[in-house]
Amino acid sequence: MAKAASSAPKKPAKAAAKPAAEDAAFALHSLQEAFEKDRRFKASKEQLLHLYEQMLLIRRFEERAGQLYGLGLIGGFCHLYIGQEAVAVGLQSALEEGKDSVITGYRDHGHMLAYGIDPKLIMAELTGREAGISKGKGGSMHMFSTDHAFYGGHGIVGAQVPLGAGLAFAHKYRDDGGLCLAYFGDGAANQGQVYETFNMASLWGLPIVFAVENNQYAMGTSVKRSSAETHFYRRGTAFRIPGMKVNGMDVLEVHQAGKVAFDHVRAGKGPVLLELETYRYRGHSMSDPAKYRTREEVQDVREHNDPIERAKHDLDGMGVSEDQLKDIEKAIRAKVAEAADFAENSPEPPPAELYTDVLVGAY
Amino acid sequence: MGIELKMPALSPTMEEGTLAKWLVKEGDKISAGDVLAEIETDKATMEFESIDEGTVGKILVPEGTEGVKVGTVIAVIAGEGEDASAISAPTPAPATPAEAPGEGEKIGQAPDEAEITRPQSSPRPADPDIPAGTNMVTVTLREALRDAMAEEMRRDDRVFVMGEEVAEYQGAYKVTQGLLEEFGPRRVIDTPITEYGFAGIGTGAAMGGLRPVVEFMTFNFAMQAIDHIVNSAAKTNYMSGGQMRCPVVFRGPNGAASRVAAQHSQNYAPWYAAVPGLIVIAPYDASDAKGLLKAAIRCDDPVVFLENELLYGRNFELAQLDDHVLPIGKARIIREGADVTIVSYSIGVGLALEAAETLAGEGIDAEVIDLRTLRPLDTETILASLRKTNRLVVAEEGWPTCSIASEVIALCMEQGFDDLDAPVLRVCNEDVPLPYAANLEKLALIDSARIAEAVRKVSYKA
Repeated sequence: MAKAASSAPKKPAKAAAKPAAEDAAFALHSLQEAFEKDRRFKASKEQLLHLYEQMLLIRRFEERAGQLYGLGLIGGFCHLYIGQEAVAVGLQSALEEGKDSVITGYRDHGHMLAYGIDPKLIMAELTGREAGISKGKGGSMHMFSTDHAFYGGHGIVGAQVPLGAGLAFAHKYRDDGGLCLAYFGDGAANQGQVYETFNMASLWGLPIVFAVENNQYAMGTSVKRSSAETHFYRRGTAFRIPGMKVNGMDVLEVHQAGKVAFDHVRAGKGPVLLELETYRYRGHSMSDPAKYRTREEVQDVREHNDPIERAKHDLDGMGVSEDQLKDIEKAIRAKVAEAADFAENSPEPPPAELYTDVLVGAY
Repeated sequence: MGIELKMPALSPTMEEGTLAKWLVKEGDKISAGDVLAEIETDKATMEFESIDEGTVGKILVPEGTEGVKVGTVIAVIAGEGEDASAISAPTPAPATPAEAPGEGEKIGQAPDEAEITRPQSSPRPADPDIPAGTNMVTVTLREALRDAMAEEMRRDDRVFVMGEEVAEYQGAYKVTQGLLEEFGPRRVIDTPITEYGFAGIGTGAAMGGLRPVVEFMTFNFAMQAIDHIVNSAAKTNYMSGGQMRCPVVFRGPNGAASRVAAQHSQNYAPWYAAVPGLIVIAPYDASDAKGLLKAAIRCDDPVVFLENELLYGRNFELAQLDDHVLPIGKARIIREGADVTIVSYSIGVGLALEAAETLAGEGIDAEVIDLRTLRPLDTETILASLRKTNRLVVAEEGWPTCSIASEVIALCMEQGFDDLDAPVLRVCNEDVPLPYAANLEKLALIDSARIAEAVRKVSYKA
């Protein structure tokens, strides 16, 4: 897709001083057009199998997390990623892990698993144990892995957007070739700080991809009830940020869109805004009775638009046998069971951890 | 064997609920996502979904049952290839949720082990000695702050300055004068008027390994950004179990200026000093401002550095040293005395020194402590002085309620009670929004006469 990206205007959009309407070289639609010519990544069997495994791991992990919550082993808030798996898996598989930064909000388990972070460490964090990735001091919403350049895991809706622009700023400042992928939801997209960030990111040409995971509901409020402009990919227009609308339920389409966006950003052309249309099957958090939508709506997505089923269908077309898929399923179930056992049986953090990590220095 | 379905906890606080309705019956085939039952919690009626495939074996808790404890087995599901009717139903014994680990009771060590890591009040390092014969120069506070930033920028490429009007305009209060010329636009960055946004970008850049100095034109505008200072910068190291770093400095003028009225005249020191995970510094003179700003920029923790507009143009003596860095967390006895202690910080220190001069003429020998760092607070220096003078007054340009003064008074009660010969008094601004009218403004703000009066009171010489 590098070719398609390079057919975009030579002049960086941000450098154009004229209003967009009068500026022939400024085309907010160039990326979308490039993407629409070729929407699906042509994955090899091995590549798609890998994406499928990652999505399935997230699905089974989250189901197990929901169970452990029901058993009282996980406390507080717990936001599951079930239904949205193709987004994190599709995008992060197109990044350079360790070189590029990733940041997201509180629905963060999937983004960590998509980076291959050990499910044991994540599950042990959910159960608040010493072996958890944050030593049990962060919980579901606050997990980080600096080794993977995964910067959280942030509990305040929308806060990760300027923080992500700060990470992008650091990439540009050091000129290290990295970019930042900053995820947020359709709910966070109505926060003022998001637009403050769009302005500066575009003004300064920061290497950042904003990824709106539009799962249709900001907690219990549907997009239509909360947003004057429901096409989130258009929301960068006022800041001259090109947008792309992507089917977030198709991992190959997400991956392809990620490649187009990342190539554009890496070429020094400033930020891109992706809208990934997706759906969460579970409530906003574990204590959400989800009365704001019908069961039929959820079942319809599950039955007709499930990202894992879609990948399974594609794999079937590539000649992957039922038995092979069963073996994968079995291996993933075992991995998740192992993570759950580990999380359940690991000790809680020792009381001595109470006062550690408040400050780095001694004063 | 079958899969036991247990009464789920459906909210962070749920302990029991009503099994309102079964939506499946024994022998039904179910798949993942099917609603099995409706459960009423204290807050809502929730649908209980299956995450397994199989056949409903035995239903053990009939619908309509109230007070079903979380964890009780309510039904058994037969998995693939199992005979649902052959599943042995366990006795529907009440669950034992108290047994669930994760409650901080069963697993773990004795709570007093936490004491191991509680910050101990150990003697803090004193300021480095100034070598004899060091040249003393007179500089303004403004110049000292600028020089601190410039020196640290020369020393470390990761250091950059961002904020409104910091570059081309040379700083709204000229604190960043000349930095753009020396360091260029890569490292001295004008931002739009967008405090929440650029405080977040600065914080993120620090998480990404840089050392940002984020200037707020005044700390009044930082209220728009306080979420990033408190929730993003201060807490992330702790929440990440020590993985994340955030070496950012938020700096700018704080407190009342002159005739700018209520929205531009507030001391935020107590707000930030209340937050674990932050360092809060509020210097008075040029030497401390320079030495502590350099220390703040080098520090691995997020720092709120509170300056004062009325002091920017004031001249102070400064030792000409190659690298003047002072210890964070150490108060300074700026005037020694034997009869009474006046504790203050920032602009209050100047007023306290004035009061001490007046009192000296009346035969009261006052010691003046400049706290310099407000978090962590140098409690040893305060308590040591109290042991010597047995009387203490706190002078603070700010509101009295929940103030640094309140904190110092609490400290004296908790740890210095036996040393007190009089109640500790605080002298603060009046408890009103700052008025515009010159006469009212004067009435509302702390002054040296009020400090002197309070000192006479605690000395029983009023």
